[in-house]
Amino acid sequence: MAFPQPRPQAPQLPQHLLRTIDCQQGAVRAVRFNIDGNYLLSCGSDKSLKLWSTSRGTLLKTYSGHGYEVLDADGSYDNSQICSCSSDKTVILWDVATGQVTRKLRGHAGKVNCVQFNEEATVILSGSIDGTVRCWDTRSRRYEPIQVLDEARDGISSLKVAQHELLTGSVDGRVRRYDLRMGQLHVDFISSPITCVCFSQDGQCTLSSSLDSTLRLLDKSTGEMLGEYTGHKMKGYKLDCCLSSKDTHVLSCSEDGHVYCWDLVEGSLSLKLPVGKAVVQSLSFHPTETRLLTAMEGRVQVWGAEQEEMEEDVIAT
Amino acid sequence: MASDSDSDEDFVTYGTPLEPLEEDEPLKKPVPLHDQTVKDEKGRYKRFHGAFTGGFSAGYFNTVGSKEGWTPSAFVSSRQQKAEKHHARPEDFMDEEDFSEHGIAPREITTSQEFSSSRRDEAGEKARAISAQAALIPGDTLLEELIAPARSSIGVELLMKMGWKEGQGVGPRVKRKARRQQMDGGGKVYGCTLPPAGSEESEDDDEEFAPENVTFAPKDVTPVDFNPRLGVQGLGYRGLDPSLALLGHGTAEHIDLFKPQSETRNRLFGDTKSSSRRGGVVGQAFGVGALEDDDEDVYHRDSMSRYDTILGEEEPGDSLYGWTAPQQYTKKKVRSKDASYLGKILEGFTLAQKPLEEKTIFPPPCLPRDYRPVHHFRPSVDVSHLSGVSPALAEALRVSKGHMVKEEPQQAGRHQLDSGQRRALLGEDALQGPSSVMELLRPEDRQRLLSFRNSSNPPSAKTSTPVSGHASQTSGKSAQVLPASSGLQQEALAAWRGIQTSSQTFKPFEKNPSKQARYELYLSRLKQGDNDALEQSLDPGMTEWERSREREEFVRASILYRPTSSSLSSRFTRAKDQEDDDSVEVSQDQEGDLDDKQSAVKMKMFGKLTRETFEWYPDKLLCKRFNVPDPYPGSGIVGLPKVKRDKFSVFNFLTVTESREAAAPPKPPESGKKSRWDVSEQKVEKKKEDPLGELLSAARNQTETKVEHTPTPALPASISSSDQAPGSKPEIKSSEQQSSEQKKEGEEEEEEEEEESRPPMDLFKAIFASSSDEKSSSSSEGESSDEEEEKVTKEDEGKVDSEPLNLFSIPSSSSATASSSATASSSATATASSSATASSSHQAVSTQASEQEEEEFGPKLPPPSAALIRGGAASMCPPIKEVKTGKKSKEKKHKKKKHYKHKKEKKKKKHKKHKHKEAAEEEQGGGAGEQEGEDGQVSTDELLKRLKSVRSHQMW
Repeated sequence: MAFPQPRPQAPQLPQHLLRTIDCQQGAVRAVRFNIDGNYLLSCGSDKSLKLWSTSRGTLLKTYSGHGYEVLDADGSYDNSQICSCSSDKTVILWDVATGQVTRKLRGHAGKVNCVQFNEEATVILSGSIDGTVRCWDTRSRRYEPIQVLDEARDGISSLKVAQHELLTGSVDGRVRRYDLRMGQLHVDFISSPITCVCFSQDGQCTLSSSLDSTLRLLDKSTGEMLGEYTGHKMKGYKLDCCLSSKDTHVLSCSEDGHVYCWDLVEGSLSLKLPVGKAVVQSLSFHPTETRLLTAMEGRVQVWGAEQEEMEEDVIAT
Repeated sequence: MASDSDSDEDFVTYGTPLEPLEEDEPLKKPVPLHDQTVKDEKGRYKRFHGAFTGGFSAGYFNTVGSKEGWTPSAFVSSRQQKAEKHHARPEDFMDEEDFSEHGIAPREITTSQEFSSSRRDEAGEKARAISAQAALIPGDTLLEELIAPARSSIGVELLMKMGWKEGQGVGPRVKRKARRQQMDGGGKVYGCTLPPAGSEESEDDDEEFAPENVTFAPKDVTPVDFNPRLGVQGLGYRGLDPSLALLGHGTAEHIDLFKPQSETRNRLFGDTKSSSRRGGVVGQAFGVGALEDDDEDVYHRDSMSRYDTILGEEEPGDSLYGWTAPQQYTKKKVRSKDASYLGKILEGFTLAQKPLEEKTIFPPPCLPRDYRPVHHFRPSVDVSHLSGVSPALAEALRVSKGHMVKEEPQQAGRHQLDSGQRRALLGEDALQGPSSVMELLRPEDRQRLLSFRNSSNPPSAKTSTPVSGHASQTSGKSAQVLPASSGLQQEALAAWRGIQTSSQTFKPFEKNPSKQARYELYLSRLKQGDNDALEQSLDPGMTEWERSREREEFVRASILYRPTSSSLSSRFTRAKDQEDDDSVEVSQDQEGDLDDKQSAVKMKMFGKLTRETFEWYPDKLLCKRFNVPDPYPGSGIVGLPKVKRDKFSVFNFLTVTESREAAAPPKPPESGKKSRWDVSEQKVEKKKEDPLGELLSAARNQTETKVEHTPTPALPASISSSDQAPGSKPEIKSSEQQSSEQKKEGEEEEEEEEEESRPPMDLFKAIFASSSDEKSSSSSEGESSDEEEEKVTKEDEGKVDSEPLNLFSIPSSSSATASSSATASSSATATASSSATASSSHQAVSTQASEQEEEEFGPKLPPPSAALIRGGAASMCPPIKEVKTGKKSKEKKHKKKKHYKHKKEKKKKKHKKHKHKEAAEEEQGGGAGEQEGEDGQVSTDELLKRLKSVRSHQMW
């Protein structure tokens, strides 16, 4: 611990269960790391949003104010704000320290599936089942969105923001990438309803998972497929997928209770992580380290590459 | 003060409170002035006794405080307690007045002389020394200064302990050039000092060397005592110099302590001669003594140059701040030290040795007389990209329009480059797909085209004005159709066609309502692209002269007040066009060819087939929040730009066409979702799609046309062909051939044919008199605005080549040349849709031609609203497509794997960009190969084979 070990070249996989957090907030709809990975947010079906310490697994704060299931949340870059969205059609901007609602943004016509801050937390982007993405201004007091992106013809299931680009996945089977700098909208047709989209860390590729139980890695600029990852089961639920922090692996939830982990280049299944019997609802990869969060039913599990380093902490707590 | 001490409050009161007023009491009379008395603290009257009686309180008050005077003290002495010897002190004889502030022995804390700084007033001393020097009897103050005991106050001692030295100023040390502390700065020198021989040199080299890290004490500032000049002597008069008088050869060292003073004086008054050489009394008033050998400077010549006329800045080596000594300036001037002098004002700066060279300002270049600050886009036909165009044709193109910029010898600036050249300069790739219709021509067709071009087009080119692409494009038509109408009219048409804004803001003929109405009618017709709008909108009841006059006015007004967007629209590819009033705004991304995409997805051919790119306008604020510049500054659009669509189209509401269901059982189920927008959208995308996409869509289009032809009762041949299409093998075959291989050629052929076999108007009227309404309602629905556009171009092409005979080659060439960027898109769409038109057999072609004629109500230009001919989303020849796609998909799956691996490798190598470029090139190559295979009649199997080969090419 005292001396930083030289990192092994081989990419590690989060295959050891470090901690299980029983969130006590009903089913955990989504679990998210904060910007630096020290904290995690769990979105519960009991209308609450909880902030936990990743290293100790302690509950730090409960944010309550939603009228229905919380579906997604995101932390701002400075950890001062949290935005969350819910089935109650609202997006709420929270103050982290006080736990108060800074702003409650109404406007979506249906439940809001996904929410993201932009890089500087000046805009909240929320995608809803009503097929729109709304861009809310956090700087001004306006309650109307800056812009409504209604290009999707079905609900927005997932959205991600990277710098000046906005990636949305829709149930109409299309991945849309809005490039603010270029003023262009790129639509990639993927036939099957999209459940989750991701940018790769290098920003060159997009990963999309769809209900045909396939993950596709597309080249961002041309839309060509660079990789396809299958084997998991994703037929009916909106499950998450993600890329590892080093872009070495592709991870996806599965309905068979596993997290599948493929090698990004080879496309081969490199790890099938048994999480439990139920559906793995959500997962989130640590922004820098090899650490994975999975959410199944009411529990959040923290997975890491090494077993031992965390155990002391566990005992300590 | 605090008279109410018993009161609870803790007030501090000052002064004597007034006595509370008693109500009964009579008002006090003010005390008259003479009754007022002055009393001291003890209540004793202070009376003025007068000058001789001792001033205030004369009498015993002022002595010992008793009437009797002072009381002697009792002397008591005992054995135990001896009386001490009493020493009377002066204080014993003083009262408190003497001890008070103004008394003779004040008992208040004051600064003792030891601590007072009054004694050591160096600056004052210096000033006094100066004044002493300038006094009538020089040095009269020197003596007392000499006599004064040398002692330093405690402040001076403290300062010295802190590092201060005499002669320095007090304050933080400053970083500047070494300042010569002259002896005068130090004031007096006590004891013997070295003769100040080096003083001159030390002053000279004072700007030579200044080490960086050395700081200096601040300058001791001496206030200059400006004494009024009292004597009658002139300026600079110097009287008897005691120092000189005392200076003897032997006693020079002894009385050296006067030296500094004389030095000061010397510098003050510019006496440059070294006085130490001579003894004796020297002065202007004195002659030379007998002992002196030379009598220099007996008659003192003074000049104004030795005096300063300006109050200058602080002198470096001079502690006399503010005093401007003439000698300094004479010296400086000799050594031209003005620069360094100035340089001391701004630390670190010196005057430049040589003056700056003047900047020459060049006037802006004169604009050429015929310069207009408007850029006109001209259709670019890049010869380098026309793969097979013969040089003769290129030459012809160049001559006819002057648009072959590449051939021009000098390229003046970037504004004169066309897009192709800029692209070449920037090293960008060419757009995929055929950039011009010309590429798709067979060589012999091109040849014919060329010949026709040479013969027919030049005159029409003359009439065309370069204002917009439309103008040049339609001008050929006008030459044929309306010989009388000018190019202006065409320009107006070009400008107004396709303008969305139905509300016209400017009314040029407002005073004449009927005329305005006619004008508006004209405009509305213009907007519809009606070619003879002018003639139709004029009042037939007017005289010929009036009409011609009004004609001219209208055309001019329409050009003058044309909507601004037209100038812009000529520059941009219009996505959709030709909307009529009853159209609905539809978002641009209502895309089509779902089944194409579906199949592409199935084949895992992500990329061009599945990728669509639209212009998207982010909100200005959103850009600001994201810290990116607005990609479209100044545009008011937010989101996707809208395009107009037919509002009352059945296909807006219907997604499944019954005909397709009936006729196309083996089609993939997704095709049922296809709406009419699929067609148009696919055309928008056409340019970006690779040849495969074109083929797919072509095949689909073809099927649509078939359906569309069914209802037209025009010609039995077409009916039969379309009816029997699904079943009849030869029909399929021919259409397939034409669609896939000879798209371009077929299109032209068809157009040619339509020109060729155009029946007389009567026939059209006879045929369509009854069915026109029906068609406009039914078949026009299926027509997308794209098709209208395409139609327009086709028509244009047809018109440009006025000769009906030699038609096979020309039209597309003319369109290629004449097409602006706007029409370039339409030509691209034409490539897509041409397959559809070509698919129908020759009979069908004639039908179509007749339809067009009918819609036009005249032979001239196709009114875009009426030119809805093809449409119907239903497909009638599914088997072919099915076969094709099936086989293709198989093939592709196979290929795809390789492709996939290939891509993976790419990812590994992280050379994505490069690879993509390659891929794009390969695709282009594939497209070219495809075109090559187009000539000649090929069977379906052959075609499929070729297709596969093309695909495989593309894969790699």
